Amino acid sequence: MSNATAKSLQESLKLKLDYDQLTNCMRCGFCLPACPTFKETGVEAESPRGRISLMKAAVDGIMEPNVRFEEQMGHCLGCRACEPACPADVKYGQLIEQARDAIEDHTTQHRTWVKGVRKIVFGQLFPHQNRMKLLGKGLRFYQKSGAQTLARKTGVVGLFSKQMSAMERILPEAAGKGVVDQLGTRVPAIGEKVGTVGMFRGCLMDVLFTETNRKTVQLLAKAGFDVVIPEAQNCCGALHAHSGEMDQAKQLARHNIRAFQEAGVDYIVSNAGGCGAILVEYDHLLHDDAQWQEQAKWFASRVKDISTILLEKGRPLPFTEGPGVRITYQDSCHLRNVMKAGESPRKLLKQMPGATFVEMKDAGSCCGSAGIYNLTQPDMANTILDHKMDHAKATEAHYIVTSNPGCLLQMKLGIDKHAPGSPMQAVHIVDFLYERV
Amino acid sequence: MLENQVKAKLRGIVGDAYFKDDIETLVTHSYDGTPMLQQLPEGVIYPQNTAQVSAIMKVMSEHQIPLISRGSGTNLCGGTVPVQGGIVMVMHRMNAILEVDMQNLTATVQPGIITKTFIEHIEGLGLFYPPDPSSMAISTIGGNIAECSGGLRGLKYGTTKDYVIGLECVLASGEIMRTGGKLMKDVAGYDLTKLLIGSEGTLAVITEATLKLIPPPKHKKTMLAMFKDMYGAARTVSAIIENRIIPATLEFMDNPTIRVVNDFAKLGLPLDMEAILLIEQDGEFETVERDIARISEICQEEHADQISIASNQEEALKLLTARRSAFTALARLRPTTILEDATVPRSKIAEMVQQINRIAKKYDVQICTFGHAGDGNLHPTATTDARNHDEIERVEAAFEEIFEEAIRLGGTITGEHGVGLVKAPFLEWKVGSAGIAIMKNIKQGFDPLNILNPGKMFAKESRRRVVIDHV
Ligand SMILES: Cc1cc2nc3c(=O)[nH]c(=O)nc-3n(C[C@H](O)[C@H](O)[C@H](O)COP(=O)(O)OP(=O)(O)OC[C@H]3O[C@@H](n4cnc5c(N)ncnc54)[C@H](O)[C@@H]3O)c2cc1C
Ligand code: SF4
Ligand code: SF4
Repeated sequence: MSNATAKSLQESLKLKLDYDQLTNCMRCGFCLPACPTFKETGVEAESPRGRISLMKAAVDGIMEPNVRFEEQMGHCLGCRACEPACPADVKYGQLIEQARDAIEDHTTQHRTWVKGVRKIVFGQLFPHQNRMKLLGKGLRFYQKSGAQTLARKTGVVGLFSKQMSAMERILPEAAGKGVVDQLGTRVPAIGEKVGTVGMFRGCLMDVLFTETNRKTVQLLAKAGFDVVIPEAQNCCGALHAHSGEMDQAKQLARHNIRAFQEAGVDYIVSNAGGCGAILVEYDHLLHDDAQWQEQAKWFASRVKDISTILLEKGRPLPFTEGPGVRITYQDSCHLRNVMKAGESPRKLLKQMPGATFVEMKDAGSCCGSAGIYNLTQPDMANTILDHKMDHAKATEAHYIVTSNPGCLLQMKLGIDKHAPGSPMQAVHIVDFLYERV
Repeated sequence: MLENQVKAKLRGIVGDAYFKDDIETLVTHSYDGTPMLQQLPEGVIYPQNTAQVSAIMKVMSEHQIPLISRGSGTNLCGGTVPVQGGIVMVMHRMNAILEVDMQNLTATVQPGIITKTFIEHIEGLGLFYPPDPSSMAISTIGGNIAECSGGLRGLKYGTTKDYVIGLECVLASGEIMRTGGKLMKDVAGYDLTKLLIGSEGTLAVITEATLKLIPPPKHKKTMLAMFKDMYGAARTVSAIIENRIIPATLEFMDNPTIRVVNDFAKLGLPLDMEAILLIEQDGEFETVERDIARISEICQEEHADQISIASNQEEALKLLTARRSAFTALARLRPTTILEDATVPRSKIAEMVQQINRIAKKYDVQICTFGHAGDGNLHPTATTDARNHDEIERVEAAFEEIFEEAIRLGGTITGEHGVGLVKAPFLEWKVGSAGIAIMKNIKQGFDPLNILNPGKMFAKESRRRVVIDHV
């Protein structure tokens, strides 16, 4: 722990918050209609303008940041829909991370067990891919061995929060083998080679959605890329950064940069919006690390989402006519607001022969998943999801296509809850595309 | 601080959840869209209906506590900053469209509805509500009425005051008053409806409004005219009006604004132009085509350097976006953006812009100017940094001189943003001492205890522009 522990939260906010960004906010309120938590509550404190004013008031000494302050910072989804809406270009995402970083050093809010769990998850689990795999194996055992059925029947899962049990039902079958175990670390281009890409496999993706990872590699190969999957890569650090574990996030970033530099790639491909968004911001994450600045810039400028790279850099994929289906797309907030890649998935989906694309009302608004938000703030997450599902159902789509594991699970949860028995399914865009080439 | 007894009464009226006095709520209602102003209220209340507003006002009167009505707090004059403490009353929960009367072409709404939500609803019914402040995605109809907001369509269609025909409001005493109605004609007594429009929350709390709707225009065409000579652009504005053409939109950007907008939006605008006019006409197909052709001729006669007419909606949107992004682009230049609102007769636009540039140079501050040329409403905008006290003082001195110039040219200190706190010291310049006296009497008549948005509109002393930095 840093030596800030001894000081007050106010002082570490003073140290950590970028005062220029706080001043740049001119309180015009343009961000209000973009913010899901403001939309749900209509309360100024639940808006980006409100949260920034709270941070500034804390730094200016107008208020003593207390538990309510911490809670308010926790309520923010981190979806960053407020950023593109802001005329003054206030870097809200950085502010909320800095605030959470300061809170993390002091928190009076987390009960000790939450702290303990976070410490294990963030420190001991996510950074270690082999441990993640082990977790995957455990989960697989749990699912296959009948323990799952037993747990469901006996209601043991219900002992965890309701939210956990809802999540438990929609979790896909975990794989014991990650993408490297299946394909090796190098997969050559099919046909003429157009470039070399490094695949960012992600920790959750590689455990819960290995199939999607495998298909990502195969789509890339079909589009003409040599694909490298550096073994040395680790977790992207997004969850750490968003929860205020900055030092760890930085450590993970340095590690990834080195792994991909050694691999000598033209681009780094991510198939999870949440990971991609922090990867493109590694240069910001390491901005005060003089030694790593250059490499971080090198890395950040090469990160592309799978849809964008297929659309812009690869050979056009030979899509075949599939069954006539209606599809809609739920944006990954980070893909849209941070990677600025909301258009590429739509363009790809619209190219799909036989499929009709229907735009969902407010598709760009957060689904409530937001990292581990749906576990930490279940009430708000559920309200947001309820509204999302109203819009989703109105499209009468067969597929809700997503670009991020968190969103995918949330959509599955939504369908399970609001449209059980309907032909509606949630799929990752890679899986959907793969079916049709 | 508020006595517990008062708090209990207020909670009794709206319920525990809708009266708050925790520090987070106070901080988040201590500001509005105006730079550099902040003051904490003592409580925040969220009423649900007129009866609650009335009950709240009775408590306020009884205990002589200030009450500040608040829509979305987007105003740019310090209008909702609780400078004398008291209670901020947020109108967001009163956001219903009560009725759209298709026979009389009127809509009756509660004040807390977001302007854009209302406009979208009305357009969905094939009708048109023209007032379109650039803040309409956030601002409320109540706030629009209290500030008499204008927008890009003001020249041809007028501003908020031209569409409000009836109001329900709660007086300082708690009594409920109705003015006007679904009538197009009404001369029974003083026009209290018009008096309340633009009253900035100082006379009464608006709790319901009846708005006039009109049929939407059938056709629309947009063009951009660029001038190397400021006077050419200004003469074009007057010539268009002289030729008895009233465009739907007639907007202006000066050279510094063009540069910034272009840099930000990458629109490929020519940087050697002194001014750009953005012109839009709407109406019947033939009229629009004829007007746009004639306007092009006028632009040529005044030696426009380039004229481009949007060939489709997409292109038109790009041009409108260029103008709308002016504020956006300027806001990215420096940390603090102070957007002002000087207005002159439209024949004086060129002179005013030149004066603004002279004044900016004199005080060594950066001021870019854009605005609604068609109605003479300019937005000289200073890009500065609140932390640089010396520079801020120069900015304030510059604005003071700009207002002085505007008045000298027969103009006013604000065309649409209102007086509020920041322009109160200048009000007397515009309306004179007799004007101030009669306005104060009106205020006294409505609000004898001075509890409705006190400190706004009337300054203790004339002239000095006050800036309050934090609490
Ligand atoms: C980026 C930006 C662009 C803008 N563009 C324009 C523009 O193009 N044209 C324009 O005219 N203005 C513009 N404005 C100014 C502002 O948006 C308008 O004045 C708007 O009408 C304020 O609405 P609001 O709901 O935010 O009201 P608030 O800011 O909350 O309140 C404004 C005033 O109205 C009073 N008030 C609010 N509700 C009530 C009620 N129910 N009863 C009595 N009094 C009430 C308040 O006390 C206050 O004095 C802009 C502001 C910004 C930040
Ligand atoms: S849009 Fe930007 S400047 Fe405006 S209030 Fe929100 S964060 Fe502040
Ligand atoms: S990140 Fe999302 S939830 Fe948080 S303030 Fe911005 S828009 Fe609102």
